Amino acid sequence: MAATGFLLRGHMQNLLDALRAAGYRCVGPQVRDGAIIYDTLSQADDLPWGWRDEQKPGRYRLGRHDSPWGFAWANGPQGLKPLLFASADTLQTARRTDEGALHFESATPHAIATAVLGVRACDLAALRLQDQHFLEGLVPDPHYAARRADLFLIAVHCTHPAATCFCVSTGDGPRAEHGFDLALGETEEGFLGTAGSAAGAGFAKRLPLRAAEPREQDALEARITAAAAAQQRSLPARDLRAALFANLRHPRWEEVATRCLSCGNCTAVCPSCFCHAQSEEPTLDGLSSMSVRRWDSCFTQGHSAIHGIVIRADTRQRYRQWLTHKLGSWHDQYGRSGCVGCGRCITWCPVGIDITEEAAGICGSGHV
Amino acid sequence: MSEPHLMHEAVICERIQESPTIFTLRLAFTDPEHKARYRFQPGQFNMVGLYGVGQSPISIVSDPEDEHLLDHTIRGLGRVSLGLSRLAPGGRVGLRGPYGRGWPLAAAEGRNIVLVTGGLGCAPAVSVIRYILRRRERFGHLTILQGVKHADDLIWRQQYERWSGLPDVYVGLAADVSAPGWFGQVGPVTVLFDRAPIAPGSLVMLCGPEMMMRAVVEDLRHRGIDENDIWLSMERNMHCAVGLCGHCQIGPYFVCRNGPVFSYPELKALLGERGF
Repeated sequence: MAATGFLLRGHMQNLLDALRAAGYRCVGPQVRDGAIIYDTLSQADDLPWGWRDEQKPGRYRLGRHDSPWGFAWANGPQGLKPLLFASADTLQTARRTDEGALHFESATPHAIATAVLGVRACDLAALRLQDQHFLEGLVPDPHYAARRADLFLIAVHCTHPAATCFCVSTGDGPRAEHGFDLALGETEEGFLGTAGSAAGAGFAKRLPLRAAEPREQDALEARITAAAAAQQRSLPARDLRAALFANLRHPRWEEVATRCLSCGNCTAVCPSCFCHAQSEEPTLDGLSSMSVRRWDSCFTQGHSAIHGIVIRADTRQRYRQWLTHKLGSWHDQYGRSGCVGCGRCITWCPVGIDITEEAAGICGSGHV
Repeated sequence: MSEPHLMHEAVICERIQESPTIFTLRLAFTDPEHKARYRFQPGQFNMVGLYGVGQSPISIVSDPEDEHLLDHTIRGLGRVSLGLSRLAPGGRVGLRGPYGRGWPLAAAEGRNIVLVTGGLGCAPAVSVIRYILRRRERFGHLTILQGVKHADDLIWRQQYERWSGLPDVYVGLAADVSAPGWFGQVGPVTVLFDRAPIAPGSLVMLCGPEMMMRAVVEDLRHRGIDENDIWLSMERNMHCAVGLCGHCQIGPYFVCRNGPVFSYPELKALLGERGF
C-alpha cells in the first residue's frame, strides 16, 4: 500500500487534536506502573517516547533509551480487549416491588466514540477474533457492539519485537495489514501514514502531512522486515488442531501442570480469550439486583462446575482445555487459530510457561 | 438492538413435589405479548432466574403446544435451585429462552423410538415422551428405559405405570441399588436391553450421566443401531446460554447453542474424555 504521507514526530499533537476535533476520545499507549498500558491520552507528550520494553518468560521491564522513538516497544499487558469486552459489564437490572413482582430492564450499553492510537498488528488480529465471537454468533452482544461501532483505529507497525513475540508464525504481524483506519510506520524522523479505510483517508486530509520520500518508505520496509526476522519464537508449523486432539494423553500435560499455578494470568492478558462469568449483585436495600458479567478463566474451578461435579478438577485438564481450545477447536469455531502470537501469556505467566514450547512439546516441532 | 441477556417475569402457577429433592415449577410469562410470542421445541431449555441469586439452565418438560404453562423439573442442589425449591405458587422468577437445539423430532417421525435415560436425565426426555404420545400416529413403537442409582430416586412412578399400559409402548425400569417394593430390575440401565424391544433402525435418544450414555452407546452399537441414529442431551455449566460466556464448551461445541442435543458422531471423539 502506498503511503498517504509523512507526519513529523513533532506533529503528533496535531493528530491528537484532529481526533478530538472529530469527536473522539483518544486512547493511546503510555507508561504507568512500570508497564505500557492503553488509556485516555490527553497529550502527545504522554506517549512512551524513549521507552523500550524487555520481555521474556515471566518477566516484563521498561527502560529509558536516549532515542526519540515513541513506539520502540512491542506491547503491554493489554491491547484492545478491555476497551470493547470490558472486564465488567452490567447486563440487566431486576427490580422487585413490595408485591413481589419483578421488572427487568436491559442495561443500556453506553459507548463514546473512541480513537485508539498505537494498535499493534497482533491486536488487530485479536480484534477480528473478538468481532467474530461477540458480533457474528447467534446474537450480537449489545455492549461489545456499541463500543465497536464508533471505533477509529490507528495502527503502528511493529519495529521492535520482544523476545516473547511470535506473530510471524501465526501470520498476524509485525506489519498491520488490515482492520485499521490509519497505519503509521515509525522512522528516524517521524511516521509514514497509510490510510486503511475511507474514514482514515478522510481523516488524513486534516493532518499536516508532507509527501513521503521513497527512502523513508524503504527504511520503514527494512525495519519491518528486520522485526520479522528478529523474532525468536514460533508455533510449530503443522496442523496443531489435529496434533493436539491426537495427543490428549500426552505426558507433557501432566508435566506442565506441575509448573502451572492455574492463576489465569494467561487468559486475562490474552487478547482473544472471551470467557466471562455472570452473577447477580443485589443492592443493599434489597430492592434491585444487577446481572453482571466479569472476565472468567478456564483455569478456575468454577468455570466447569455443574451441581457438585467439576468437569476440569485438576490443572492438567485446565491447561489442556486452554491449549486445545486456543490452538485447536478455535479452528472449528472461527476458522483459524485463536492465537495471534502476541506473546503476552509467556511474559505475564508468573512461572514463565511458554505456549510455543508446550505446543512443540506436545505436538512435535517438525513440519507435517 | 436485540436484548439477549434480558429476562422476562414469569409466575409460578403450580408447584409439584416429585420426590424429596425434585420439584416441578409450572410457569407462565406475565406479559401476554411475550407469552404469545414464545415457542419452543422439546429438548430445549430456559434460563430460570432467582431474584438476587442467579440463573440456571433448566430443560422444559411441558408440551410445546401447551400454550399456558411451561414446566421445569428441578433438583434442589445449588444456590439457585435450592432457592427456587422454596418458592410457592404466586412467586415470581425470571425466565429467558428457549435456547439450544432440541431433539430431532422431524427425523424421528415414522420411526420406532427408544429412549434411554438415567437419574434426573429423565427430565429432558419426558418432554419428548409426552410429545410422541400426543402425536401417536406419527411415530412407531416407543421403548422407554429408565435407570436410577437408588430405587428411591425414581420420580413419575405413576406416569411410567400409565405409559406401560399404552399400546405400542414398552417401559423398563432399573435401579443400581434396590429397595423394598422395587418392581423394576436391579443393575445399570443396560440390564434392560435384552428384554426390551430395540428394533434395528430405531432412533435412540439418550439423557443422563455421561458414563451411562457411553456404556449405552457401546451396547446399542453391538445391537446394530446406526451411530447416526443415536442422539444425546448434554449438560454443562452455562451462564449466558447464547454462546458467548464460554463455560459450556465441549471441544468445538458450545453446548448451549450447538446442543444440548447432539448426534453421537458429533460427540464421540470427546464423549467420556475426562476434562472436556
